[in-house]
Amino acid sequence: MRQISLRLNGVARTVEIEDQVLLVELVRSLGLTGTKVSCDTEVCGACTVLLDGRPVSACTTLALEADGRSVLTIEGLAKANQLHPLQQAFIDNFAFQCGFCTPGMILAAKALLDERPSPTAEEVRRWMEGNICRCTGYQSIVDAVLDAAGRRP
Amino acid sequence: MSEYSIVGRRLPKVNAWAHLTGAARYADDIDLPRMLHGRLLRSTRPHARIERLDVTRALAHPGVVAIVTGADMPEKMGIMPSTQDETALAVGKVRYVGEPVAAVAALDEDAAYEALALIDVEYEDLEPIFTIEAALEREDVKIHDEARRANVFKEVHLSFGDLDAGFAAADHVRDEWFFFEGTTHAPIESHAAVASYGADGKLTLWSSTQVPHYLHRELEKVLGLPRSRIRVIATPNGGAFGGKSDPFGHEFSAALLSMRTRRPVKITLDREEVFYAHRGRHPVKMRVKTGVKRDGEITAVELNSYLDGGAYASYGIATTYYTGALLTVTYRIPAYKFDGVRVYTNKPPCGPKRGHGTTQPRYAFECQLDKIAADLGLDPIAYRQRILQPPNSRTVNDLRITTMGLGECLGAVRTATGWDRKRGELPRGKGIGVAGSAYISGAGLPIYWNDMPHSGAEIRIDRGGGVTVMCGTSEIGQGSDNVLAAIAAETLGVYPEDVHVVSGDTSLAPVDLGSYSSRVTMMAGNATKSAATALREKLFAVASEKLGVPAERLAAAYRRIYDLGAPERYVGFVEAANLAEARYGTLVGAGSYKPPAGIGGSYKGAGVGPTPAYSYQAAVAEVSVDLETGQLTVERITTAHDCGRALNPVNVEGQVEGSAYMGYGEAVLEEQVFRGGLHKKPSLLDYKLPTSLDTPALQAVLVETVDSEGPYGAKEAGEGPLNPVIPAIANAVYDAIGVRFDETPITAEKILDALGKRDNRAAPKDRIGPDGLGDGRRDPGRALRRLGASTEARERKRAGTT
Repeated sequence: MRQISLRLNGVARTVEIEDQVLLVELVRSLGLTGTKVSCDTEVCGACTVLLDGRPVSACTTLALEADGRSVLTIEGLAKANQLHPLQQAFIDNFAFQCGFCTPGMILAAKALLDERPSPTAEEVRRWMEGNICRCTGYQSIVDAVLDAAGRRP
Repeated sequence: MSEYSIVGRRLPKVNAWAHLTGAARYADDIDLPRMLHGRLLRSTRPHARIERLDVTRALAHPGVVAIVTGADMPEKMGIMPSTQDETALAVGKVRYVGEPVAAVAALDEDAAYEALALIDVEYEDLEPIFTIEAALEREDVKIHDEARRANVFKEVHLSFGDLDAGFAAADHVRDEWFFFEGTTHAPIESHAAVASYGADGKLTLWSSTQVPHYLHRELEKVLGLPRSRIRVIATPNGGAFGGKSDPFGHEFSAALLSMRTRRPVKITLDREEVFYAHRGRHPVKMRVKTGVKRDGEITAVELNSYLDGGAYASYGIATTYYTGALLTVTYRIPAYKFDGVRVYTNKPPCGPKRGHGTTQPRYAFECQLDKIAADLGLDPIAYRQRILQPPNSRTVNDLRITTMGLGECLGAVRTATGWDRKRGELPRGKGIGVAGSAYISGAGLPIYWNDMPHSGAEIRIDRGGGVTVMCGTSEIGQGSDNVLAAIAAETLGVYPEDVHVVSGDTSLAPVDLGSYSSRVTMMAGNATKSAATALREKLFAVASEKLGVPAERLAAAYRRIYDLGAPERYVGFVEAANLAEARYGTLVGAGSYKPPAGIGGSYKGAGVGPTPAYSYQAAVAEVSVDLETGQLTVERITTAHDCGRALNPVNVEGQVEGSAYMGYGEAVLEEQVFRGGLHKKPSLLDYKLPTSLDTPALQAVLVETVDSEGPYGAKEAGEGPLNPVIPAIANAVYDAIGVRFDETPITAEKILDALGKRDNRAAPKDRIGPDGLGDGRRDPGRALRRLGASTEARERKRAGTT
């Protein structure tokens, strides 16, 4: 066991973990089950979280790697009763069906918009390639990301 | 202005907030006090007898609490009562690599995983069977001893109209073979179940299942626990597409382990295991023979289908019939013969995937129609529009058709794509193709024979004006909760956000047969509408009195019950509900739905195919082929879908686009294939799902025919729109490079082969596809004749005696 300190969804936390624990296991064990396990091989993006603002696949990231860093999961995105513009845009553009890939989608999209506030549709498609949706066919997701980009101040 | 306040509006999903904030609880997200974690040991052999199974060492492993094996649950189970050939865990024999053999419950997942390696299994290998051909021929190797001939699971032989006269009258006949490769659903959420057997002797099972009611029945059968003591709760499914509509070994194992340990037990399949659970699209070899007059009018169709079923039944009987049943509902066919055979092979069981059994023959038939149109010099869209099966008619195989919007769908895709400008005008390497199709809005018959409703709904109105809809449907992402909320809100005159939907819970909600065969909107929708209508009558009675207006003059919308003659005169919804509760007592309405009688024939096999109403669709694919690399790019898919009425257009568009996406994957990328019984690609690294970069531009066009059978006129939207996409792509590839793809998937390698560029010596080909069973040199009719002989004798005998 060893102790790590991280800022998880804005709150400083110190947790004891075994070396082999994955970041997805850590956050899910803390009740943050919005981060999903699906492919287990860093292909599908369902487990995407932001580590110091950069999207990573939590299924293939050791929890140790989060030591001293900040982790954002889907639960940390909305502010009280105010959805993040991306979340609202996903509702308004009907950009999810089963919702299982959605947390990872939204966090990946957040990282894109933080880096490129006004991406083109083509850039969105390229960026989101690492997040697989089996329901929508992506069109509505691309629309949602572009819509959210337009809403940001 | 619309006559409806909710129906037809583009409203957000009722459960959106939970899904967007990570608050939605899928089965694997459930965490209960003292919960144990389970893992399944799976077979490493495709076909073997289990000589010894010893769990002693595994039980001694630290953290292991209990282990169960097939011997603990020997009762046969399966989704179709007449063909139950499976056990929760293998008993005596394994029939595919990945079949569950034992289940371990431990304090944590690591301990359970480690224990699997300590279970001692000795197998005696049996000769495996991997192909349709071997399954038909090998009488000496039986995957199931019960199979009467070789490894045939089911054969069906149906004939309607005068086939010989039909072909004799034809000016032109096409007779060719097709192959549709198997594919799997690959929902992003893997299957998971949590069982909790309480001190009260009652079992609760949360599961990502599409069929909580059928699972409820099977749990009783396998566990020997009365159904009155079992509660099944279908959790929100993270995608399903047909892949979660069978009862599965992990569900029974979690339940039994919980009963043995008196602790909650969770089993979540990992990604590799999902490929073994499968129940996906059957690989099907088909021979299609179609006769036409000079103008293209069809005179006769003959279809033989050979389905590779994998190791167990699943929905196989229905699948086999579905490869034949729905071919007749799109175009006029005066004579039709269908012979279908489903065989067992030592591979994971195939089952229902979006389009269930109709996708493969639809692909073959629409490709053949495209060839016929080319043979006769006809435009493929105009040709199809000329031979349409009429609305309000019966097909040659006695299926009742109500509304029929295929003609409008074909017209819509013609306009939307600029077809007339493009067809025949594109440079080599670019192509455009079309196809039509149809699907059921729910199966006309339930899976087990009974006279009860297919769907029931209960609605309660509380004193604050809240409306609770209880219905046994399973929300698999398709938006069924949303559909029920919209129908209840429309009927009662409230907003969807006033409606709470309790679905998928066998204790709280009346039975709905499940989220399969695109039945929810039609059946649960009608049940919900009828329950809401019963309640509305009570509200209207008290409002009528209060306003002094006859009930016929009242309408409900926007949380008001108002006078149609003077809309400013109204009773608020809450007040009406309170008045009604004072008058009638607790406000509960119940409704149920059963498909009408007389929608199908009475011959043996007539049970598969009928539905209250068929949906119709047409798709146009636009492609480009790189003539040097063989790379196929599908640039755009435009699908028009006759959904009866779009209760919520965005829901329908989502289904249509999602279907196009999935059809695209099957046409171009996906294949569930094996090498010596081993799955070649049981991971998302290897099994290629289309990404945002692969997926073409998708456009959905909705066609509304307003069917009197559906709630507010609605028909299905979830499955039919997949069907035309695959043949449309194949037909577009022909338009681009002049090569017919009579097999899927259409890969770059096959295109290069056809172009004569895979190696230097090869000659170009004008067709890629099978020529028959096996290498095609065998007499294709031989196996079927041999198998069919005794069945035909039986049929003759039956015909003679009745």
